[in-house]
Amino acid sequence: MNIADIAEVQFDAASFWEAAKTHRLLVARCNACGEAHYYPRQICPFCRADDVELAPASGRGTIYSLSVTERPDHRRVVAYVTLEEGPTMMTRIIDAPQDIAIGDAVTVDFEASPDGLTVPVFRRT
Amino acid sequence: MSRACIVGAFEHPTRKAEGISVAQLHMQSARGALADAGLTFDDVDGYFCAGDAPGLGPMSMLEYMNLNVSHFDSTDSGGSAYLVHVAHAAQAIATGKCNVALITLAGRPRAAGMKSAKMPLAPTPDTPFEAPHAASIVEMYGMVAARHMHEFGTTSEQLAWIKVAASHHAQHNENAMLRNVVTVEDVVNSPIVSAPLHRLDCCVVSDGGGALVVTSEAVAKSLSRPLVAVRGSGEAIRHPSAGRIDLTTSAAAVSGPRAFSEAGVTPADIKYASIYDSFTITVLVALEDLGFCEKGKGGAFVADGNLISGIGRLPFNTDGGGLCNNHPSNRGGMTKVIEAVRQLRGEAHPAVQVADCDLALAHGTGGSLATRHGSATLILERQ
Repeated sequence: MNIADIAEVQFDAASFWEAAKTHRLLVARCNACGEAHYYPRQICPFCRADDVELAPASGRGTIYSLSVTERPDHRRVVAYVTLEEGPTMMTRIIDAPQDIAIGDAVTVDFEASPDGLTVPVFRRT
Repeated sequence: MSRACIVGAFEHPTRKAEGISVAQLHMQSARGALADAGLTFDDVDGYFCAGDAPGLGPMSMLEYMNLNVSHFDSTDSGGSAYLVHVAHAAQAIATGKCNVALITLAGRPRAAGMKSAKMPLAPTPDTPFEAPHAASIVEMYGMVAARHMHEFGTTSEQLAWIKVAASHHAQHNENAMLRNVVTVEDVVNSPIVSAPLHRLDCCVVSDGGGALVVTSEAVAKSLSRPLVAVRGSGEAIRHPSAGRIDLTTSAAAVSGPRAFSEAGVTPADIKYASIYDSFTITVLVALEDLGFCEKGKGGAFVADGNLISGIGRLPFNTDGGGLCNNHPSNRGGMTKVIEAVRQLRGEAHPAVQVADCDLALAHGTGGSLATRHGSATLILERQ
């Protein structure tokens, strides 16, 4: 079972992954309590209401933390990015300059994962 | 009040289990802990194991060992599970569900060819949001270290002191994987695995196992081993809180105070501490959350040998810990309890034995500090 197979049966987030295919980042927000959350659920994790809506995010955020892994054949920057809408999400920073740091402003982009899922990543703004 | 006691503890001596099955490692460890206690398999009426045991919960292992028990528990919180098992065994004994509880752990990731801990790919709701990004456990803990450094000015040199202390202890442990004493310079000059964590900030990958026997105070008093009582325990799970993440605090901030409160003691009373050390940062965050120092002051606390037995104020992981000695099945909680028991019995290596060690703490962190993890804290007392 690969990551795309796992995503396919996590029905809560189906519209998130559909939107990602066309390079749109959605953020889940509860109409009952107004709180945004991540990763998206259909039941609000704060007030437990069934009234969650996924709406387009600005795509802007700041780096909360990061870890750079350098190998001869690749360089990966894993990060937590705090979105303008509030929630902090795990992602990667692509095309990251050497001085990439916590607090840097970043903008969303999208990348196809090897098993076919289109996932949100970020690049320095 | 009658307290459950740990009467048997055994750490499997192997670090590379070629030709030994996981089930066999579990049973060899069980046999060792029962022999240590002066008990036999026939005395066991409670059994505890976690996800490292083959099969669904305790069933396969009970069959393999040909045991029949009145109580079983397969609570899994990763590497901290075995501390939870001690606490749950004490509760089961107090309520009469069992009288002699056996807890086992074993694994052989090294013989199986594992070189570093990969993130498991499980069909959980979080997987599609994390697995495409974080490929290894080191990257996750790297993010914790980076944030701690950002908020509190913690340095790689301060983190390195944790490894230095572990290496000072490991030199006396003939079974330890890494017995060379290292310096702060050695640690910070070792290759970066995932920044800011260096190779020597990471624990070993080793095979092996361990087992514990927990029983009532009445049975414990009938045996010839020193009495090591479970005086307090706490357990907690922490997760990303639906996107409200604070990487600098762990579940130890909940499990620690619960254990101290139950025991009626404070961090200042602790003579020896076993602190789960998957990475140096794991120790630093736990020490702060357990109350050995203020949040953010962990770097200053661990520096200058403060964790070295005979030198520092808080001797820790005197077996060499996961950083130098052993991290069987990538789950370090079992060995934390075992070394705490050795210290309380006065059976640690003489070079690292803490004088008059009558009160010890053992702490486990399982899962990933950067996402969801389970912490468990035990306060153990020699009676």
